[in-house]
Amino acid sequence: MSVAISDEAQKRLEEIKKQYPDPKSAVMSALYLVQEEHGHISDESITWIAEELDMSPVRVMELVTFYTMYYRKATGKYHVQVCRTLSCGLCGARKLMDYLHERLGIKPGEVSEDGLFSYEHVECLGSCGTAPMCEINDTYFENLTPEKLAGIIDRIQEEKPDLHFSTLRDKLGEGLSGCSKSEVM
Amino acid sequence: MGEQRQILLTNINEPDQNTLSAAESRGAYKAIRKALEMDPLKIIDEMKASSIRGRGGAGFPTGLKWSFVPRDTGKPVYLITNADESEPGTFKDRALLERDPHLVIEGMLCSAWALQSNWSCIYIRGEYAYPYERTKRAIEEAYEKGYLGENIFGSGFTHHMVIHRGAGAYICGEETALIESLEGKKGQPRLKPPFPAVAGLYGCPTVVNNVETLANVPWIIENGGAAYAELGVENSTGTKLVSASGHINKPGVYEVGMGYPLLQFIEEECGGIKDGNNLLGVIPGGSSTCVLTADECKGVNLDYDSLKNAGSSLGCAGFMVMDDTTDVVEAILNLSHFYSHESCGQCTPCREGGHWIEKIFRRIAEGDGRPGDLELIENLCSQIGGHTICAFGDTMVLPYRSFIQKFRTQFRERISEVLKGIERKRNPMDFEVGGVH
Repeated sequence: MSVAISDEAQKRLEEIKKQYPDPKSAVMSALYLVQEEHGHISDESITWIAEELDMSPVRVMELVTFYTMYYRKATGKYHVQVCRTLSCGLCGARKLMDYLHERLGIKPGEVSEDGLFSYEHVECLGSCGTAPMCEINDTYFENLTPEKLAGIIDRIQEEKPDLHFSTLRDKLGEGLSGCSKSEVM
Repeated sequence: MGEQRQILLTNINEPDQNTLSAAESRGAYKAIRKALEMDPLKIIDEMKASSIRGRGGAGFPTGLKWSFVPRDTGKPVYLITNADESEPGTFKDRALLERDPHLVIEGMLCSAWALQSNWSCIYIRGEYAYPYERTKRAIEEAYEKGYLGENIFGSGFTHHMVIHRGAGAYICGEETALIESLEGKKGQPRLKPPFPAVAGLYGCPTVVNNVETLANVPWIIENGGAAYAELGVENSTGTKLVSASGHINKPGVYEVGMGYPLLQFIEEECGGIKDGNNLLGVIPGGSSTCVLTADECKGVNLDYDSLKNAGSSLGCAGFMVMDDTTDVVEAILNLSHFYSHESCGQCTPCREGGHWIEKIFRRIAEGDGRPGDLELIENLCSQIGGHTICAFGDTMVLPYRSFIQKFRTQFRERISEVLKGIERKRNPMDFEVGGVH
C-alpha cells in the first residue's frame, strides 16, 4: 500500500492519538488530515486510516458518508457553504444562493471550470444572529448581502487567501485581509 | 427578578478576554482555587442548591445529574462539554467559546474536581473552526500556566483537557450520539438506560454538560448555590443566554434573568420588529420547540414554567422571531428540510417519516397540496413522536404540529388555492435539492 499521507501528517496523527484514552477517537482527525492533503477522501485513504487505527475499513467508510464535512470527491478550491436554515432563510439566504448561481454559472455541487469555486447550501451554522451568512472553506462570512458576497468573491480571486482550517497546524488560515473572522458579538 | 443580569457575559465584550492574563485580571481562575479547597461532594450540594438546569435544551437539573455518577467503580470518570451547538436559532455557546473561553475552562475544571474526573473533552462542532482555535489556544495557555495538567494549584489534582472537532452532524448534540462520535463511530444515539453517568464514554461513568451550564459553575462556587437560586424565578433559577435572531432590529446573544417578559425582550433588548412590521410569532427555544403566535406571547416570560404553560418550552433559548410578512408554509418547509436532512437514520419512523413530511410540506408550498394533507402530516407526527430511540423524533414533530395547529387557516388557504386554480408566485426560503451530498 502506498503511503496515503505525509510524514508530517503522520506525526501529527500520532500526537492526536495520544490525547485520548482510546486511539480510535482520533479517527475523525485522521480523516481531516487526509482530506486536507488530498482534497477529498479516497478508498486508499480509508484503508490506510483503518490500518493505522486498527479498525475495519467499513467502520471508517461509514464515517465519511455519515458526517457532512468529509468529501468523497474534491470541491472547488474555495467551497462556499450558504446556510439555509430558518433564521438565514428569513433574512435572505436565498438571494445569496441565487447570486452564486448567477456569478459562477454552476449548480450546487458542481465545480467552476477554473477549479476555484463550488457551492452548496448547508444546515444551520450557528450564525443566526448575523444572518444571512456563508462559510467559505472553514471561515465564516456574516451579515451578508449579495453585494457584500460579490466583493468577497472578487477579493478571493485576487488574494487567494487561506480560508482552511489545518488539522496539521491546528490553526485556521489567515483569512481575507481586513475581514473579521467572527461577528457573533 | 426577571431583569437583565450579567453572570456569563460580564466580560464578553472585552477584546482581550480570550487571553489568560486578561481573563485572570478580571477574576478568572479564582473559583477553581476556592473549589479545590472544598470537598467535591460539597460542590455537588452547591450545584443542587443552585437548582440550575441544563442549558442545552432538556433542562435536567445539573446537580442531580452529577450525583448519579458512581464513585466506587474503580473506572475513570469523564467530563464532556457539549459544544456541538447545532440547534437552529442557537449561537450562544459559540460566543462564549470565542470570546471568553477561560470561563468555560474554569467551569470545566471546577466540575471535574467535583466529579473527581482527570480527563475532559470539549466536543465542538466541526464548522466552529474559529471558536475551536480560540478555545484551543486558551487550553494551551492554561497548560503553560499549570492550571491544567498535574498538581493543579498545588492541590495534587490532575486534570487533562482535550478539544475535539466534530464533522457536521446535528445529532451529535444528543449526548449518547456525541459519546459514540467521540469513540470514533457514527454519531447514532444509544438506547438508555444505561445512562452516561453509569456507562458513557468507553463504558465509563461520564457527565455531558452544555457549555453554558458549565460556564455558570465558577459563579456558583464563588457566590454559593443559594445565591444563584435567588436569581430568576421558581423552577428556573439564574440567568439564561438567549440567542435572538430573525426579523428583529438587534439580533445577538443576550443574558436575561430567568422570568424576563418575552414581549419586553423583543421590544427592549432586540430593538423591536424590523421594518416596523408586526409580530407574527416566535419560536422561543430553538427550532425543536413549538411556535407561539403573537397573541400567545402576551404575558409569557422567558423561563421553563411560563413557556411550558404557554405550550412551548425554553429549550436552549434559540429565540427566532417572525414578522407578519413571513410565509408560514415556506418557514415550516425550511425546518422540515433541516430535520429530514439531519435524521441520523437509525430509527425508521424518524428517517422515513421525516422525509415524507418534508415532501408533503413541499407540495403544499409548491401549489400541489391535497385535501387531507394536513391530517396526513398530523397522523405521521403521531407515528414518529414516542417511537424513536432518541428525542430527535419527539421534538421534530413539535414545530410541525404547532405550525399546522396555529396557522391552519394559512395552510388551508394555500391548499384550496390549488383546487380553485389560483396561481401563486412562490417566495421560497428553500432551495432546489442539490449540493455535494
